Amino acid sequence: MQLFPCPFCGPRSESEFHFGGDAGNHRPEGFRDVTDGVWAAYLYERNNRRGAASEIWMHMACGEVFRMERDTVNHRVAQSVALGKGGGNDGMAH
Amino acid sequence: MTAWRTEGGTAIDRSRPLAFTFDGKAIDGFAGDTVASALLAGGVSVLARSFKYHRPRGLWGAGVEEPNALVDIAGGLPNTRATQVPAADGLVVRSVNAEPNAEKDRHAFLDAFSRFIPAAFYYKTFMFPDWHLFEPRIREMAGLGTLDEATKGPAFAEQVNQHCDVLVVGAGPSGLLAARKAARAGKRVVLCDDGRQVGGSLLFRAAVIEGKPGAEWAADVAAELERAGLRVLTGTTAFGIYDHRLVGLHQKAADGAPDRLWRIRARSIVLAAGAIERPLPFGNNDLPGVMSAEAALVYLRRFGVAAGRKVVIAANNGLAYETAEALAAAGADVTVVDYRADAASPAGLRVLKGLAVATAVGRSAVTAVKLSDGTVLEADALLASGGFTPTVHLYCQAQGKLDWRDDILAFVPGRSVDGVEVVGAAAGNFGLPAELAGGSERDFRIVAAWPKPGARERVWIDLQNDVTAKDVELAVRENFVSVEHLKRYTTLGMATDQGKTSNVNGLALMAELTGRRIPEVGTTTYRPPFTPVPLASFAGARSGTRMNPIRRLPLEAQHRADGAMFREYGGWLRPAFYGAGAPEERIQAEAQAAREGVALFDGSPLGKIDVMGPDAAPFLDFIYYNTMSTLAPGRCRYGFILTEAGNIYDDGVLMRLDENRFVVSCSSSHVAGVHGLLEEWRQDRFDKRRVFIHNVTAGMATLTVTGPRARALVESVGLSIALDDAALPHMAVVSGLFDGIAVRIARVSFTGERSYEISVPADRARALWARLRQAGEACGATLLGLEALMILRAEKGYIVIGKDTDGTSRPIDFGLTAPLERKKVAFIGRRSLITEDAAGPDRRQFVGLEAVDGKGVLPTGAHGIERKAGATRSLGYVTSSYFSPALRKPIALGLIERGLSRMGDIIELQHLRDVRQARIVPSCAFDEEGARLHA
Ligand SMILES: [Zn+2]
Repeated sequence: MQLFPCPFCGPRSESEFHFGGDAGNHRPEGFRDVTDGVWAAYLYERNNRRGAASEIWMHMACGEVFRMERDTVNHRVAQSVALGKGGGNDGMAH
Repeated sequence: MTAWRTEGGTAIDRSRPLAFTFDGKAIDGFAGDTVASALLAGGVSVLARSFKYHRPRGLWGAGVEEPNALVDIAGGLPNTRATQVPAADGLVVRSVNAEPNAEKDRHAFLDAFSRFIPAAFYYKTFMFPDWHLFEPRIREMAGLGTLDEATKGPAFAEQVNQHCDVLVVGAGPSGLLAARKAARAGKRVVLCDDGRQVGGSLLFRAAVIEGKPGAEWAADVAAELERAGLRVLTGTTAFGIYDHRLVGLHQKAADGAPDRLWRIRARSIVLAAGAIERPLPFGNNDLPGVMSAEAALVYLRRFGVAAGRKVVIAANNGLAYETAEALAAAGADVTVVDYRADAASPAGLRVLKGLAVATAVGRSAVTAVKLSDGTVLEADALLASGGFTPTVHLYCQAQGKLDWRDDILAFVPGRSVDGVEVVGAAAGNFGLPAELAGGSERDFRIVAAWPKPGARERVWIDLQNDVTAKDVELAVRENFVSVEHLKRYTTLGMATDQGKTSNVNGLALMAELTGRRIPEVGTTTYRPPFTPVPLASFAGARSGTRMNPIRRLPLEAQHRADGAMFREYGGWLRPAFYGAGAPEERIQAEAQAAREGVALFDGSPLGKIDVMGPDAAPFLDFIYYNTMSTLAPGRCRYGFILTEAGNIYDDGVLMRLDENRFVVSCSSSHVAGVHGLLEEWRQDRFDKRRVFIHNVTAGMATLTVTGPRARALVESVGLSIALDDAALPHMAVVSGLFDGIAVRIARVSFTGERSYEISVPADRARALWARLRQAGEACGATLLGLEALMILRAEKGYIVIGKDTDGTSRPIDFGLTAPLERKKVAFIGRRSLITEDAAGPDRRQFVGLEAVDGKGVLPTGAHGIERKAGATRSLGYVTSSYFSPALRKPIALGLIERGLSRMGDIIELQHLRDVRQARIVPSCAFDEEGARLHA
């Protein structure tokens, strides 16, 4: 059981968190101009990175959605960052 | 073996005798005895039959390492180590894998055929025609204990989560020293040990520390820790180490109380788990009477039991001399066979140096020992020490890597692991920590005594799994030379034992056979748990409603008083119908009454998620398939929420209370999911200072009045609002007052009748319900359960998400395309709605189905079928089906391929062997114009 730092609550057990997807999987804006390939990549193509990864997580206890930098091999967590203070799209997979 | 009680024994209380039975035989013991020590003292030498060959087996060890003596406890657990079960009055103990008992086992003949049943014999032999034909019989012959059917299972373990600065695993001298140092430095320390008392080796090896006997010193250190408010957990095994220094500990309760499962998150971990003695690889080294030299010392000093009267002690290192001297002092006749030719031995002992044991002699117990020079020594116990294996399981689980040390012939922890320190014997430092030793060094020089290939006698490597040196040789001949393959092919190191006593001897033999060094062979993966942990401990109290708590209505007691029958709907316990009598009649009557007069319905689980702020309207435009920003304050709109893949995720009504305040009234079973979805998009895409979300579902009750006479009923309640249709039309929402408390009244209908949904704070629900019931009496109101509501909504073709939709349903399948054509701004799932699949002609569409074969209600789940060229193909299926009291006929809803363009067609529906005929009709079967909503 890992410890994840919620930017709002501090370190909490992994079981309280919900995985949102890779950070940086930006939602293609517009729709007629978005090709099937680009849209399918956004929906379905995942990197499943080995090593350093940047991911979106939600802390179910407080509702905070944040970006976490961690290593998928040794499970070290580098940092958690709250999503953009004033809007912005950090990109997550839905 | 003729073991006997001597004087002394620090663990037992001779003033408190006790008695239990083993295989029906009465056994005496004392409080403090384990089942193993009492059996040993009682002269029981055969405690078990071996796993595969049904060889007689006695005690090898004295603690968790015991591979042989697994016993079943009547009314308790099967396959329990006799060395770890406290003896207790009235205990009924049975040997495992033996029939009728361990002494006289009728499968003992199997051993005579042992040369024909080597490793993998079963796999190779019973393949034709099918292994499963043979499996039950073989499993009965081989294997371990049986579960007592009277066993209720262990009580639910309590589970405790804790954080600490330093967790010390093992309360021997090194662990105690580490714990004391950390405690004196002001750290929050937890110290655990699997023994009932702290002290580890100090409980049975002589030592003087800081001027005190070792055991007394240990107790004093533990007392110092406890005085400092720190936790000392005895009878507690740290069985696994997990991510970010989480350690799982299983605490066995001493007095029949429930076990405890601890999850301790430590900033740093000190592993001081000691070392386990290895067997020596001589012939028949599994004979009862062959025992670990250290275990013999434990039985003598802790329990006052000497392992034999004529004892041979064989060792390739110097630690066994303490056993020799102690047994000699207790009156046993002792001969030491020291494998080391140049050993320095204590005076006054008979010591044969530079010799080895060739074989143990005896049928079901040791009677003599044959040495490498041909000498035969008469003996009733043969105590062996093949060196010590540091207990490194937790270190390896924490991703530590082992180094091989030639000087002590053992794997020891190698590179350091962040936050995990290994000390004492577990790190290969046998003997006391330097700062406690005071110059009394122990002689731990060791010479190799590994199993050799080609032995004439049978040499056991793994006692628990009945793996001999010959099995390892066979594995190598068949090219299973990887250590992981060796394990799987021969079962060496498997089961509850996990190779505690056997691994290193197996690896050494493999090294010899393949011309490699032991470290080149490597070790198998160390997996948790270190010792078996009951699944009940992992589960704890989390079962039934504690695992999945039922959500309860504020008005549950009132509904019960009204004779409601409750069922679970989407996690909520809700009234299915009211009153006694045939359920189907009750349900039909409720539905009919709602159409004819007025009904009261508890809709409290309905989602109520407030969305507030200046950006709430554009936010909801993005969330919903429908355009929501055009909704006027005080109005409601029905809409879909899609997934990004364009499928319907939820449906429901959105209310706009004022310019910047909305209520998302989502499906009652979907509230958590919708809330999460709203939060994710709010924080990821919007300015979270301009949109706020608050889920008040459980904080408010929603009580619904529905039916042609609904308005009259609500009027008589008096909510301080105008109820005429100009002020409160269908799909409008207003705020009213009930007893001075603000309530929300919405004209939203899930029945097709005029309806008022009245939402109040949950703590006002009882008062409002009482008032509604009182007003209802005058109007002849009925109580409406969920089942009748489901009929009413189906008559109208109103859908239930997840019932009338599946994971592929899109708005277009429900005939909805207008919002997509008009909506200009982005919304969830939009791009997916213009894919080829979304526009495909063969989509399953939502339609009504009318049975035309006169055979009654269609079965829910029946598939529409198409027969073509002898093949049957599914066209979709029935999603909802009821008898409609309003229409006096069966009605059904379904998702049928191209259904919307096939109105009037008759299709076949198949359910199991039954084939039915139904006509495709519009989904709304009752009041298609919706006149009743306004009536
Ligand atoms: Zn949080």
